[in-house]
Amino acid sequence: MSAYLELSQVGKTFTRGAASTEVLRDVSLDIAKGEYISIIGHSGCGKSTLLNIVAGLTRATTGGVILDGREVNTPGPDRAVVFQNHSLLPWLTVYDNVRLAVDKVFAGTRSRAERHDWTLHNLDLVQMTHATQKRPGEISGGMKQRVGIARALAMEPKVLLLDEPFGALDALTRAHLQDSVMQIHATLGNTILMITHDVDEAVLLSDRIVMMTNGPSAYVGEVLEVGLPRPRRRLELVSDATYIKAREAVLKFLHERHRYVEAA
Amino acid sequence: MSVTALQTPLQPPLQPPSREAGGSAVRPAAGAGAPRPARWPGIVRAVAVTVVPPLLMVLLLGLFWELLCSGPGATLPPPSRIWADSKDLILDPFFVAGPQDIGLGWRVLVSLQRVAVGFGLAAVAGIALGAVVGQSVWAMRALDPLFQVLRTVPPLAWLPIALAAFRDSNPSAIFVIFITAIWPIIINTAVGIRNIPQDYRNVAQVLRLNPLEFFWKIMLPSAAPYIFTGLRIGIGLSWLAIVAAEMLTGGVGIGFFIWDAWNSSRLPDIIVALAYIGIVGFVLDRLVAGVGSIVTHGTQAA
Repeated sequence: MSAYLELSQVGKTFTRGAASTEVLRDVSLDIAKGEYISIIGHSGCGKSTLLNIVAGLTRATTGGVILDGREVNTPGPDRAVVFQNHSLLPWLTVYDNVRLAVDKVFAGTRSRAERHDWTLHNLDLVQMTHATQKRPGEISGGMKQRVGIARALAMEPKVLLLDEPFGALDALTRAHLQDSVMQIHATLGNTILMITHDVDEAVLLSDRIVMMTNGPSAYVGEVLEVGLPRPRRRLELVSDATYIKAREAVLKFLHERHRYVEAA
Repeated sequence: MSVTALQTPLQPPLQPPSREAGGSAVRPAAGAGAPRPARWPGIVRAVAVTVVPPLLMVLLLGLFWELLCSGPGATLPPPSRIWADSKDLILDPFFVAGPQDIGLGWRVLVSLQRVAVGFGLAAVAGIALGAVVGQSVWAMRALDPLFQVLRTVPPLAWLPIALAAFRDSNPSAIFVIFITAIWPIIINTAVGIRNIPQDYRNVAQVLRLNPLEFFWKIMLPSAAPYIFTGLRIGIGLSWLAIVAAEMLTGGVGIGFFIWDAWNSSRLPDIIVALAYIGIVGFVLDRLVAGVGSIVTHGTQAA
């Protein structure tokens, strides 16, 4: 298996004056093209920092990230991020939020009409064509997140980075969106790196689950292969032996071996 | 027992989506629910409630003023004498009877023209400088102390320097407007830009927006509410400064009219001019506030 996205010995130390905190240590990870990887861990374990490093929004102190044979250390549309709080621009309509990204990425390569079609196509992928002229303030939290996903997909990224994308949503909306993401992954075959703290979400969506130890100086504690065939159906999995075993393994890691210590 | 137990836990999870949808769902319901016949009296009532109290107060103050200044030793004219002496100024703002004998409307327009140029320049320069100061920590460190000192200089203190530099009264008056209005615009713009959420900056970085695109697509809309606060303070200060500046520089403006009326002891004319200045200042303030609320519509509804 050749690595499409390679994290090699990534470490991050935040320095503030004389005090320095090591957040991540020696995080190495090989991700194949089309793979869906989840990173799970307790809050404060540096998983968001790790995602920001891959996105290029934060620079690694040691190590580096290689995507498709090239080192990346600045942000760019080849690593589109779906932010936890959607990060849509409130003064633009749903359409314009996606169109801004499309215009920026495909300015030189596609005509105006093609960019318009591409914007609508991506809004269609997340079932948001009914609200193209609404502003983010006028649609629900789940819809905002759908638009956020559409914006990221519209950049045709090499890897899609999801930063706890469903964390702020209620359970029903979250399930809907998870199904949408699975559908999109099945259709487009994107490489996806997702941060989550939801065990069920990780097992349901991922090919592999990367479990982080508690910080400071968090590292990759264990990587679990989820051997469930796709397409996966939420209801059928509830009683599936492999699903239950995977779920149990993650729960044990998080709550037995690396229990969250409030003081840490 | 079982009914209450069922209802209470159900409510919290239902609330967030209903609150989100509230903005669009409530409006038509309210419009349809309002009974049609009750609508007209409602508007009349709303107008009466806002117009009648200040109108009564003006009448009351006018009466008090009339009584106060009707005595033989009064130094200021009562409203009745203002009406008698300056009726032409009040009734026709746009008469032209000679090169220096024109309606107050024309004079206000001349002053407004100066304010438009000075304030327009201040808005462009102020937003640009504010953007630099808000965006760059080093620019802020270097420039903020300068701004804080210079903004306390009273507008008229700049006038001699402006006269010396421009050697003409009109550009000097415009410069005074500019220098008066620019500080609140710079400072508010800088605060607005410093308060741009990190999320928007991240989006801009991922999209690789260049500095110019970032300025137009993220900075300006995001900081617009702050910028308009600065513009509103700025226009108020400009209007304050133009009258004072024109008193000294001369010309046709409303400020010079007051000075001229004072020199020829036409006190009633001065009082009419004060009313003009007050009303125009009020309209200017409303105008900028109105434009601001149209432009920033939706900006805060994240």
